[in-house]
Amino acid sequence: MRLQAKIPEGPLEQKWTRYKAAAKLINPANRAKYKIIVVGTGLAGSSCAASMAELGFQVEVFSFHDSPRRAHSVAAQGGVNAAKDYKNDGDSVWRMFHDTLKGGDFRAREANVYRLAECSASLIDQAVAQGVPFAREYGGYLSNRSFGGVQVSRTFYARGQTGQQLLQGAYQSLMRQSGLGKLKLHTRHEMLDLLLHKGRASGIVCRNLDNGSIESFEADAVVLATGGYGKIYYLSTLAMNCNATAIWRAHKKGAGFAAPSWTQFHPTSLPQMGSHQSKLTLMSESLRNDGRIWVPKAKNDQRLPGTIPEEERDYYLERRYPSYGNLAPRDIASRAALDRIEKGYGVGPMQNAVYLDFKDALEKHGRETIRQRYGNLFGMYQKITGINAYEQPMLIAPAAHFSMGGLWVDYGLMSNLEGLFVLGEANFSDHGANRLGANSLLQACVDGYFIAPHSLMDFLARSGAIEITAERQSNAQASKAQIEDQLQSLLSIKGKTSAEEFHQALGKILYEKCGLRRERENLEHALKEIEALRERFYQDLMIPGTAKEINFELEKAGRLADYIDLGALIVQDALQREESCGAHFREEHQTEEGEARRNDADFQYVSVWEYLKPLTYQLHAEPLTFDAVQPSQRSYK
Amino acid sequence: MELKLKIWRQNSPEEKGSFKEYQRSDFDPAMSIPEMLDHLNLHLMRAGERPISFESDCREGICGQCGFMINGQAHGPEKGSTACQTHLRSFKDGDTLWLEPFRARAFPLKRDLMVDRSAFDDIIAVGGFISVDTGPAPEANSILIAHQTAEDAFDAAACIGCGACVAACPNASASLFTAAKLNHLALLPQGKIEAQERVLQMVEAMDLKGFGACSLIGACELVCPQGISLDNIAKMNGAYRKANWGF
Ligand SMILES: Cc1cc2nc3c(=O)[nH]c(=O)nc-3n(C[C@H](O)[C@H](O)[C@H](O)COP(=O)(O)OP(=O)(O)OC[C@H]3O[C@@H](n4cnc5c(N)ncnc54)[C@H](O)[C@@H]3O)c2cc1C
Ligand code: FES
Repeated sequence: MRLQAKIPEGPLEQKWTRYKAAAKLINPANRAKYKIIVVGTGLAGSSCAASMAELGFQVEVFSFHDSPRRAHSVAAQGGVNAAKDYKNDGDSVWRMFHDTLKGGDFRAREANVYRLAECSASLIDQAVAQGVPFAREYGGYLSNRSFGGVQVSRTFYARGQTGQQLLQGAYQSLMRQSGLGKLKLHTRHEMLDLLLHKGRASGIVCRNLDNGSIESFEADAVVLATGGYGKIYYLSTLAMNCNATAIWRAHKKGAGFAAPSWTQFHPTSLPQMGSHQSKLTLMSESLRNDGRIWVPKAKNDQRLPGTIPEEERDYYLERRYPSYGNLAPRDIASRAALDRIEKGYGVGPMQNAVYLDFKDALEKHGRETIRQRYGNLFGMYQKITGINAYEQPMLIAPAAHFSMGGLWVDYGLMSNLEGLFVLGEANFSDHGANRLGANSLLQACVDGYFIAPHSLMDFLARSGAIEITAERQSNAQASKAQIEDQLQSLLSIKGKTSAEEFHQALGKILYEKCGLRRERENLEHALKEIEALRERFYQDLMIPGTAKEINFELEKAGRLADYIDLGALIVQDALQREESCGAHFREEHQTEEGEARRNDADFQYVSVWEYLKPLTYQLHAEPLTFDAVQPSQRSYK
Repeated sequence: MELKLKIWRQNSPEEKGSFKEYQRSDFDPAMSIPEMLDHLNLHLMRAGERPISFESDCREGICGQCGFMINGQAHGPEKGSTACQTHLRSFKDGDTLWLEPFRARAFPLKRDLMVDRSAFDDIIAVGGFISVDTGPAPEANSILIAHQTAEDAFDAAACIGCGACVAACPNASASLFTAAKLNHLALLPQGKIEAQERVLQMVEAMDLKGFGACSLIGACELVCPQGISLDNIAKMNGAYRKANWGF
């Protein structure tokens, strides 16, 4: 496997400009000769597909959803970052770059991170032009708030539905191109295989989820924008159908998988309330701007929160991290909560939560202001729990949320497979070992609107179209036959355990042994348990019905088969990395104060795994170099 | 808790459907409606029966994927909630729940509780956007928008495209859906430029797709999980009249 990051020469501030200047173009009249497949219609996929169609390329777009608007980007609540410095509080592209690199614990590429900050302002311009109704000040100017892990206010938001509103913008652009006939949309199509022609991505194989037919589609380049895989933990803030299948199948065809174990646990999710529960709902991190996090100072304190006097409360984030307080980065806030819960200070019916309290904010700003800021979140909280957060503190707990890992990509977002581009949460690129809040809507958008159009065109200009040959057709036939076989073999197991039950078991292993804290012996156990689960899966899986009809159980089973293999890789990756960095916390590697201890001498690289055979992967490394900023120990004290 | 469920089962659009009854006493009041169906499905599968086809994804009321009728109401009895945000604690032990798909000519049934709502996407495709390509956008703060205008635009833009409004309407009209998008865009300076053309095109698409006419009954507003106001429809009608006849 060859890993060439292809970072342009020159000073950090000029790299992206130089890249664009050197990128090859295709004459507008010739663009329609090239076909691009985009899988996924979240922010990354929709923005890329619309932008490429606007340029005049032939675009075909795929989503397993029934409408592009349902992609899980829709669920993002809190906001999107941009270095506009509207607040005159010292923000700049440089500061945003620095915050992001440091927030990621120096495990991302400087050049990528800088570009993310550099393109951030244009994204806000683009979204406003599309009609995204961001919050406004009374004078009509855009409003900002601050998000975890930074000391400036650079987060733009649309009440608590920022992802929905940004996605509406991208979706509307996509539908506009569809209406103009410049783009073809295939909803309810799930990608199950990547086609390669002489090592270059040349198409995909899908299952039509409405009738079960297996179909192939050819193209000159393939873009995967298929989102994150945090749902592997079963209970997570992701949607029920989020999965890793598209990137996993590409991985099996040779695409390197980078940093699989770097999963972010969000500190302000709702805790698990019972055994029937299928997902955890996030309460936006923006709540930490006004809410204060605490637990009782006494263990097993059963009193109602309102009756616990001030001096008997432990505002542990404010205590441990005085300069960032409740806004400490996610990994730190999550681990601190877990620490309190594990030591017996947890609250709520299952004692698995901490309080997020708005008492002081309500006193200071009044109910109306708080309602305007967080009304829909408070409403959502009440719907789910039946509790009124204006009167009682919220119960929150850490939950699996975001995958920093994903397919490895170079500076132009191309994987190690020629012509296979990976955008948005599906790639590993910009967040290092920990993502800062409100940076990933940005990344998904920047990837799709601003980067892929340049790098895709450059690639197509250099590599040309791929001829349709008999060889290509027989390749596609073979892949389709193989997919049919795989589905049949899953159906023929006829066991007694549903995919969902296997998923719950996998999630439990990962939460307990490869979650917020990791430790060698536990990880080794986890690996054995996953191997055993895998064996049982192929002996005892229960799927009703056939492959030639709507069959949700078959869909779940296919995704879970991939999740199990990815689960094993996640554990292997966590085992291999003998350091703590960002979200990856190895018990063996911590300071006396219990903070993460990085090991730059041995692990200043991105781990990239090559698939050899089931459960067997080979490690490659992309070394990280830092010229602009010297890695320092993160401190949020 | 114990519930009797009467669920619409229909294998395919061509076959006939009917309500089938299921009864269980091991439901938990904390389950959401989709979690209840998951639970039932697990037991159906174990008994060798085909599980009930229904859709859901985010399970937090924002993706618009879930949606069917619960006891004759789109998304069920909780005001301002989707089916996935409705929990069994809203019902009493021993209750009977009737579940059936959204019914509208423009939403053909696929199976059981699943319908095809792609007609909504088709309405957006003809005009539910501002015609701006990637690239030319001016500096964001050069377009000033009053605080309240942005809030109002947001209220209209909050639509999740679930289709409850259509299902609740005796005429199966898509007016609330269409009007919400029209007003979201028409309220904003950057959306005003195309407002006239947009209203003509989207209203026409709505008719072509087989949605019924609006007679301002208001059932849509009552079931909308995002609380989108009926006023949007009045504004759409005004804008349509103006675009067509100039008054
Ligand atoms: C609850 C929640 C809140 C969040 N809040 C914030 C926030 O406030 N700020 C922020 O910056 N970030 C936030 N994030 C993160 C952010 O929303 C995501 O990282 C981002 O939206 C991902 O966008 P995407 O386009 O990469 O993927 P998605 O939006 O997940 O889209 C994936 C697409 O791929 C399709 N797909 C997947 N697999 C296949 C397949 N095999 N075949 C066909 N189609 C497929 C799906 O249908 C879908 O269209 C949040 C995330 C969650 C879960
Ligand atoms: S499942 Fe997303 S709105 Fe109900």
